[in-house]
Amino acid sequence: MSGVVVENVTLLLGILPKVAAGCLIGALITLLVPREMVVKLVGSESGLRGLIIATIAGILVPGGPFTVFPITVAFLAIGADRGAAIAFVTAWHVVGLNRAIIWEMPFFGHEFVFTRMAISVAFPLLAGVLARLVPWPRASKESGT
Amino acid sequence: MIAILFSILLWAIATALLLVAWRRRDGTAREALSRGWREFVWLLPRLTLGIIGAGFIARLLPEEAVSAYLGAESGWIGLMIATAAGALTPGGPVVGFSIAGAALKAGAGLPQVIGYVTAWSLLSFNRILVWELPIMARWFIGLRLMVSVPLPLIAGAIAMWVT
Repeated sequence: MSGVVVENVTLLLGILPKVAAGCLIGALITLLVPREMVVKLVGSESGLRGLIIATIAGILVPGGPFTVFPITVAFLAIGADRGAAIAFVTAWHVVGLNRAIIWEMPFFGHEFVFTRMAISVAFPLLAGVLARLVPWPRASKESGT
Repeated sequence: MIAILFSILLWAIATALLLVAWRRRDGTAREALSRGWREFVWLLPRLTLGIIGAGFIARLLPEEAVSAYLGAESGWIGLMIATAAGALTPGGPVVGFSIAGAALKAGAGLPQVIGYVTAWSLLSFNRILVWELPIMARWFIGLRLMVSVPLPLIAGAIAMWVT
């Protein structure tokens, strides 16, 4: 019983410096990167380039659902393409660095996380392209709310 | 070794960004330090509970059942069970990652655990109810879910193929 505690407290102490660095980087990026710049790059005419930029932004964006979903709504409200918005959310979900560093590495270690990310890295683009191809009614009253 | 290198890299990035913020001389650096600290303090008890809890869950999970249903030999059926379990897991990242980490220790296969984590990330009904429905348009959530449903199975299938 106490073996389990000792083993996992050691694990916890090992990852705390990384969690602290992740928190600090997240706070700094939120304050330093102007949101308008990101928004400008993923407009409705952005094509594959927009999907790639949205994916990279999703990988880098810090914070939890409380930051990511409102940013996505803002993207959509000012005319971001639905494929780019979905690529952004999907990238944050499956290959987001913030979540991987703070939550996933402590539980699984590097090898699992790198393997899972290597497998998933194309998913945001795939989801974004699919979202553009599928005929899907965008209720105009509902959009962006 | 790689863990130490990764820590050094992270702190190098944090220091470089902090330097950029500090050179603005408008309180950005101070604000970032205080926000980062608050986030860290918020996470600390959750991570502690999650990690130590995962250690106990791993001891409690019936190893034979986990390896039978989710072991590497469970194949596509195991992957589908893992995907459904991921979508249905309630709670935040501590719960989802604790269960997956514990299952891996108790003998679940890598493709099945990757399928579980991917499904939990993309399809968690808990996050959809708590975060997405209040914030996002319904048409957007529906479209996002539709294009995301195949992804956990694809991730697990690629993992089966490479391992």
